Amino acid sequence: MGAYIIRRLLKMVLVLWLISIVVFLLFYALPNDPVRGIVERGCDPACRESVIAKYHFDDPMWVRYWHFIYRGPSIDGVESGLFHWPPSFGASYQTKQPVMEDLLTRIPVTFSLAAGAAVIWLLMGVPIGMNAATHPRSIRDRVFTGMALVGLSMPTFFLGLLLLYFLYYHVTVTLGLHFGGPQNPIFKPFGYVPFKDNPLQWAHHMILPWFTLAIVHAAVYSRMTRGSMLEVLGEDYIRTARAKGLSERRVVYRHGLRSALTPVVTLLGLDLGTLLGGAIITERLFGLPGIGAFAVEAVRDRDLPVLLGTVVTASFFIVFANLLIDILYGVLDTRVRLT
Amino acid sequence: MSTPVTDNANPADATGVPSGGGATGKIEGRTPLQLAWIRLKRDRVAMAAAITILILVLVAIFAPVFEKLIGHGPYFQDRTNGLSAGGIPQGPSKDALLGYDAIGRDVLIRIIFGARISLFIGIVSTSIALLIGVTIGMFAGYFGGKVDTVLSGVMDVVLSFPFLLTALVLVALFEPSAYISIIIIAIFGWTYIARIVRGQVLSLREKEFVEAARSLGASDLRIMFSDILPNLVAPIIVYATLLIPSNILAEASLSFLGLGVKPPTPSWGGMLQESFELYTVAWWFFIFPGLALLTTVLAFNLLGDGLRDALDPRANQTLSK
Repeated sequence: MGAYIIRRLLKMVLVLWLISIVVFLLFYALPNDPVRGIVERGCDPACRESVIAKYHFDDPMWVRYWHFIYRGPSIDGVESGLFHWPPSFGASYQTKQPVMEDLLTRIPVTFSLAAGAAVIWLLMGVPIGMNAATHPRSIRDRVFTGMALVGLSMPTFFLGLLLLYFLYYHVTVTLGLHFGGPQNPIFKPFGYVPFKDNPLQWAHHMILPWFTLAIVHAAVYSRMTRGSMLEVLGEDYIRTARAKGLSERRVVYRHGLRSALTPVVTLLGLDLGTLLGGAIITERLFGLPGIGAFAVEAVRDRDLPVLLGTVVTASFFIVFANLLIDILYGVLDTRVRLT
Repeated sequence: MSTPVTDNANPADATGVPSGGGATGKIEGRTPLQLAWIRLKRDRVAMAAAITILILVLVAIFAPVFEKLIGHGPYFQDRTNGLSAGGIPQGPSKDALLGYDAIGRDVLIRIIFGARISLFIGIVSTSIALLIGVTIGMFAGYFGGKVDTVLSGVMDVVLSFPFLLTALVLVALFEPSAYISIIIIAIFGWTYIARIVRGQVLSLREKEFVEAARSLGASDLRIMFSDILPNLVAPIIVYATLLIPSNILAEASLSFLGLGVKPPTPSWGGMLQESFELYTVAWWFFIFPGLALLTTVLAFNLLGDGLRDALDPRANQTLSK
């Protein structure tokens, strides 16, 4: 087991290193004028000169890569380099703030969004999928299956707008429904309150974004649970369990569910990894100051250190999620370790 | 998901065993593709989806005809009829069946022209992704060993990049345009198809017909692309059909973030973005482009499901997403 984990860790480090090279080349080797991201207009040759000198844009490529990956000079009072603790992406071109500091305040927002939505979509998707699988070809199954297809074809931004229009505008504004006063309407269209300030307000602000993300994902999860449950229920050991005279309930929930959920767990890991890197559209629709929103703002300003920071952070989450899935699989299924 | 094909009418159609004592009494052999076509034709959901897609394609191709019929194009701003005195867009009426947008343009004609962008980018990016995916999957599966390790490593790295975020950054570094969108979507789309092809080729390369081709002196390239590739037509068709809707969604997402095709060119994602600030006063402005997008994506997904059932009746349904 130890050797397996070490091998997986080494693979993760290798992938991360390759990512750092790709990201670095994307950002600094493509024909792209970095000065434009710092001084928008009216930069004469002397000004260019000073900007290039200050940001070390004329250093050789490998030196700049070294600065990025290991330790670099201090620019605007922030040292760059991923080998600092916490790792540093340097300072934002716009705000001159350390990018890592901003990232650390934004990660909890994105985490709240992703984790809350995941709980909701699992609670919706898995039971629906189970139910459909235990009654295959029934009316119920067909209705669920149809709904799932519509759900997974649904663009997040359209669903978000629909929820805003019906639940916020019609139910909340037109009908004026609220909890204990007009300042507390039942659905909030935007904003974020940190969990540690007020857990109730936190959840209240997150309801619409959670459901926007959760409905689309629940469709995928119900489809997957249904498919994998149907497959598992056809296995020999299920027939054996039935032959022993176990109740159908016990067969399905005790014997079937466990293996049926393995692919669901994999997908959950991948989805969470991706979402932690920023649920860009949902964050933008509901004005949540998460990682995705950070990147969108940075795109407008061509703020390279911020963009680089968000992409590397998001990739890290994805690679890390993959590692966790692999280890989990190794623990659950000893055959995996052989590969 | 399509309704399963039931075989009670004529079992011969589904099993491929020619029915000797049938009404016609004629025995005919059918190729697997013919059999699949027969199964697909009986799948009403998939056929409805195929017809929807056909209509969409026709609408996109003949968009200029609709421009003539309606009397104005996607860029025409009718500020007198389209906007109220306060600048609020007017809803559906006889002049504009689906209402006006924020600056007095007809939503209907913009949706019609938007279909061009969605379908064009969706189909072209899928074709490029297929080309890359099939080639890389083929090489990884056929040669195995070091080639496989390197190519699989490339796939791992690509899969480790969050699509939308990276796309956002790439678009920001260049200038947003339809071509950049296509390239970025294709770069992210090929890994899935490559995995499928690789897996299939791994087992196909051990088959006797490959052995036979090799003993006849066929080159590796010839074996790969003229002996093995035809066996992969079915999965490639299915996954290409399922990749188109996800690429259409990707394009719409980029446009929604203001990083797809440049305004004023009409695109469904762009229209949804423009409607975002007005959703409380002009529901038609986001509902109709959104429905157009949903219908298109749903139709391709339904057709893809139907194709999978038709091409491989034993196909595992968990494979889909």
